[in-house]
Amino acid sequence: MTATGHGSVYSGDLRSWLTTVDHKRIGVLYGISALFYFVVGGVEALIIRLQLASADGAVVGADTFNQLFTMHGTTMVFLVLMPLSAALFNYMIPLMIGARDVAFPRLNAFSFWTFLFGSLLLNLSFFVGDPPDAGWFGYANLTSRQYNPGMGIDFWILSVQIMGIASIASAVNFTVTILNMRAPGMSLMRMPLFVWMALIVQVLMLLAFPPITVAFIYLLFDRFFGTHFYIPDAGGTPILWQHLFWIFGHPEVYILILPSFGVVSEVLPTFSRKPLFGAPFMIFSGILIGFLGFGVWSHHMFTTGLGAVADTAFSLGTMLIAIPTGVKIFNWIATLWGGHIHFKTPLYFAVGMVGLFIIGGLSGIMHASPPVDIQQHDTYFVVAHLHYVFFGGTVFGLFAGVYYWWPKITGRMIGEGLGKLHFWLMFIGMNLTFFPMHFLGMDGMPRRIYTYAADLGWERWNLIATVGAFVIAVSVLVFFVNAVRSVRAGERAGGDPWDAATLEWTMSSPPPEYNFAVVPAVNSARPFWLHKYGPTRDISTRTKEEGTPSQPETPPERIDLPSPSGWPILAALGLSLIGGGALVGLWLVLIGVAVLVFGVYRWAFQPLERLGHPSFGPAPGGGR
Amino acid sequence: MSRERSTFLQTLLAADLLLLTACGSAQGPDWRTLRPVSDFGQLGAEVYSDLIWWTLGIFVVVELLLLYALIRYRSSRSESEVPSQVHGFTALEIAWTLVPAAILFFIAIPTVRTIFELQGAPPTEDPLEITVVGHQWWWEFQYPELGFVTANELHVPVGRTANLTLSSADVIHSFWIPQIGGKRDLNPGSENRLWFTPTEVGEYYGQCAELCGTSHANMRMRVFVDDSATFSEWAAAMQAPAVPDSAGAMTFLISGCAACHTIAGTPAQGKVGPNLTNLARRTTLASSLIPNTPEHMANWLRSPDSVKPGALMPDLNLDEQRLNDLVRFLDGLR
Repeated sequence: MTATGHGSVYSGDLRSWLTTVDHKRIGVLYGISALFYFVVGGVEALIIRLQLASADGAVVGADTFNQLFTMHGTTMVFLVLMPLSAALFNYMIPLMIGARDVAFPRLNAFSFWTFLFGSLLLNLSFFVGDPPDAGWFGYANLTSRQYNPGMGIDFWILSVQIMGIASIASAVNFTVTILNMRAPGMSLMRMPLFVWMALIVQVLMLLAFPPITVAFIYLLFDRFFGTHFYIPDAGGTPILWQHLFWIFGHPEVYILILPSFGVVSEVLPTFSRKPLFGAPFMIFSGILIGFLGFGVWSHHMFTTGLGAVADTAFSLGTMLIAIPTGVKIFNWIATLWGGHIHFKTPLYFAVGMVGLFIIGGLSGIMHASPPVDIQQHDTYFVVAHLHYVFFGGTVFGLFAGVYYWWPKITGRMIGEGLGKLHFWLMFIGMNLTFFPMHFLGMDGMPRRIYTYAADLGWERWNLIATVGAFVIAVSVLVFFVNAVRSVRAGERAGGDPWDAATLEWTMSSPPPEYNFAVVPAVNSARPFWLHKYGPTRDISTRTKEEGTPSQPETPPERIDLPSPSGWPILAALGLSLIGGGALVGLWLVLIGVAVLVFGVYRWAFQPLERLGHPSFGPAPGGGR
Repeated sequence: MSRERSTFLQTLLAADLLLLTACGSAQGPDWRTLRPVSDFGQLGAEVYSDLIWWTLGIFVVVELLLLYALIRYRSSRSESEVPSQVHGFTALEIAWTLVPAAILFFIAIPTVRTIFELQGAPPTEDPLEITVVGHQWWWEFQYPELGFVTANELHVPVGRTANLTLSSADVIHSFWIPQIGGKRDLNPGSENRLWFTPTEVGEYYGQCAELCGTSHANMRMRVFVDDSATFSEWAAAMQAPAVPDSAGAMTFLISGCAACHTIAGTPAQGKVGPNLTNLARRTTLASSLIPNTPEHMANWLRSPDSVKPGALMPDLNLDEQRLNDLVRFLDGLR
């Protein structure tokens, strides 16, 4: 359509991708990595389901099974859901707040490469034949050298630690971006809900990753230098790990679910052609969820033996979270209420997310009650619960976002027929897989067992769950077919295919490198809607202004963008060599340190704009 | 387009109804955690039956609201008008903040009351004291007042409160017999407590509920709730075990078995592995993995690792003669 519609934002050789500092390209890189690992983690899950399809399964052995569920959990949390959220954050946040990039473009590149190298280090453990096997939660003292002498746990500690650095760097970056880079007139209360939820997630990451970092450093010292933080025989306590892990782990749940809440809060209004119902309530309930999320970690520890008073406090705190969560669900339904609902694929996934998350939320209320939870803890009931939250909630919500923003990101529409087939297969497969797990848990089947006896009566539901898992696999295949077809031959998308309300739809698809030819002025929470439909229809707008119009095709004034830089990827490489070196030898650690220092040094002294940096619009001097 | 939509909604409705029926039938008596055979399990099941009705009720109401909104407000082709742009309704939003809060209040009351009941002192002055020690991957049951130790099969008399002290010899395990009640962890370096009063005679299945290494799935156990006469007879036999004097007894002592295992009334006093006193009285072997028959016993002795992967018991490489002696000896421990 426009000159940029031919994908100039993505054109360029491999080098241009390795050195890119463009938030859109980095978003795409995150997205591709996350989808790749979604397949890896999915295959791990399929092997797990095959093993459990019948009693006394013999597909894999005990140790392999323990490695598979450890890697499945770690992969899905750190290599799929977080980076897929990061993909949408990276791509959409600057577009939604009217910025030309994130606050620290090179730090953004560093975050991505650090994440990628960390994830490769984790999966390298498969190739040396010793993946971690103590669960994604890695409870001490099963992770001590004495009970886990191999390298698997070391791979796990070091890679998750490296990815944690990526998360913290990216959290700093997006916090600053959201707080400082909004277009003129976009007050916090005019910010799209997706950006709000993203902001809460960044704050949660900033506060939740330090405790897990401490926990990992203790464990690293126990394993490498013979300290005894978690070793009971020497006076340490394994329960310390549980506290530190869950002080991270419970906010992590909200780090994983809030982005999806944000997507749904964008998709439902767009396709019911109404504003989000009670946006301020939605914002404050999101903040409350994030805040309370730090005070409930011990509800993961009701069987640990903390005593009646602690159990009561954490039980009541957990129940409180149900209130803001319920508000969100009611407000979503009220958003649909009275609208003109257009049944497009993104809406299917968003509605699916709401419907399925309700189930996960309700089983969560059961777990908030310790007398009930002590029966369900560490059983398949919890496996069902967490998959209704992370699969029904996060995966469906993020797919709603992928389908919603696909035309913006690729410049092409994605097939509605295959999209709906994807939805239905995934919806049916998900319920077939995870709903029966409630029954298994209630009947006494613990988690993380590679085998069970036939006389326990668990075979029927396990077989159904396995069938469901393969239905999910087919649905993912349908998605990839749809994606490839769209990229190859999809119908060109205009700038605003959904008739939406927010700033990212005001420019061409895909956006030009500089995003906004003119920095937009914002005077409404729905600036583009206000422009298209005028203030009279928008009862919240008491202004006579025209809203924010579509972007002009060429910038009227010169725009300078930051230069590409190779130093972030080098610094990320150095960091990963330090981590990998811990498993190989001191020499490699020292090489890593040298590479890191060199990379950061050159990065620090590289001017953001150099000769030959990308620039657009009229040449300097001649433009005015 | 509208046909497509109505299929969407019908399927969604059907899926919901299916889920509901599944929930309904799942209320059935089949599940172990809902067939408690102790006061401890009963207390938890009561809170559960409160909660399940609240949650099912909320589930039905909210999902139906969602479905209704989708059906009622689907866009029809003739509509070119933009719907009324409602931004919110504060009174309504306050209402649906307060109603869930009120429901939670009704959930919180039985919850808190039961927490203190379950973790309070045992409901009797004179409980049967039992110390449970978790090991990779088997259970040790000590009866300090009665003066004996056994493994993997717990015996308790019906109607008398058992007061368990729980700890671990290596990593964290979790003690769980679904029909007796909720689980509690066995932590190395500290002690937990759990009491229950069994109410029904029978044999109940349990297993470790906290990932504890390779054979976590194989760390199983049985609990026998005996009538008091049967329990007394069993306890008396444990206190005065008969030890057959056979060729196998010597094999047991000289082949290395005694380094790890205790058999009361013999010089075998090893503490690393399970106590084998009156082994033949047990119904299962190898932490409740296999039935206690001579064939299974022989299999286990030939290759512990293939029965229980990662088992810490070594393969003793016994010749067939010694193996048979040993099996016969162990089979006579009753």
